[in-house]
Amino acid sequence: MHEYSIVQALLSRVEAEARERNATAVRRLDVSIGELAGIEPELLASAYEFYRERTLCGAADMVITRVPARWVCSTCGTDIARGAVLTCPACGAPGRLERGGEIMLERIELEVP
Amino acid sequence: MCDTCGCGDSEVVPVEVHDRILAGNDRTAAHNRKHFAERGVLAVNLMGSPGSGKTALLEATARSVLSSRLGALAGDLETERDAERLRSAGIPTLSITTGSACHLDAAMVHRALHEFPLSDLDYLFIENVGNLVCPAVYDLGQAVSVVALSVTEGEDKPLKYPVMFRKADLVVVTKVDLLPYLPHVRLDALHEALARVMPRPAFLMVSSLANVGLDDWLAWLSDRRRAVTGVPAVAGPAR
Repeated sequence: MHEYSIVQALLSRVEAEARERNATAVRRLDVSIGELAGIEPELLASAYEFYRERTLCGAADMVITRVPARWVCSTCGTDIARGAVLTCPACGAPGRLERGGEIMLERIELEVP
Repeated sequence: MCDTCGCGDSEVVPVEVHDRILAGNDRTAAHNRKHFAERGVLAVNLMGSPGSGKTALLEATARSVLSSRLGALAGDLETERDAERLRSAGIPTLSITTGSACHLDAAMVHRALHEFPLSDLDYLFIENVGNLVCPAVYDLGQAVSVVALSVTEGEDKPLKYPVMFRKADLVVVTKVDLLPYLPHVRLDALHEALARVMPRPAFLMVSSLANVGLDDWLAWLSDRRRAVTGVPAVAGPAR
């Protein structure tokens, strides 16, 4: 259940941004979680519900965007199909994860007096 | 105060962040990585399920290496058992007890390094908490990530736990001396599964108890140390 420690890192980051801008509350958080990031969005959401009480995020919705994995060739950029062997079908070079590994805080909405 | 009508409501200000949530961990990991590189130490993040043979692999490594200087950090939820085993095998080891945390993070390793001198080491093995999911999420500052996968876990584990294997530089298939008793375990299926989750599939077949494949493991470590630090460590033959 490392989702709890992800939420703690998220809240401390958001609170730092809020303090810097003298915000009184946070209204909304947007995060994106890749399919191959090792984070379960449902568990992240329930960990957030647990930790956000009595923080600046107490009334803030967290919106999670799930990012599907996309592998491409590390040399020629050819797409590698889902579930396939991670070698380029065109040139044989190893694949590179282009999308789907992210654990990102994208955007926050702050209430500023 | 709302500028438009002066109603007293606060204003909503959007802030574009676009940064990794674990950016703090990544900074600490980069700091650890710099320490390792400056001291010519190859740091190995050794991960795998509970009981996959991580500690036994390190015990066998200590038995087989004559001239390299090894150290270890052993992460466990409770007890010093792994650290005690490694010390008995001759590896100076510091235990990191994580309590309820299912993984090590860069800050835990950094704190441990304050109590653990690196200057006399060629290799530092960071034995992560036994878990095939969470440890993969946290960069510790290691040069290489190694996953121990025992033959009894089954050849489909890479497909079930792709995140762990995606980031591995090497999979050490352990307990291969048990293969004669496991007629349903097919190594070609394991290789196939790894090729679907690892862009550069690499694995070694090892039995720590029966002394199989340890020379390949030591050669791999020595190559990686040369590649990362420019200094080859001499890996001696088995005693």
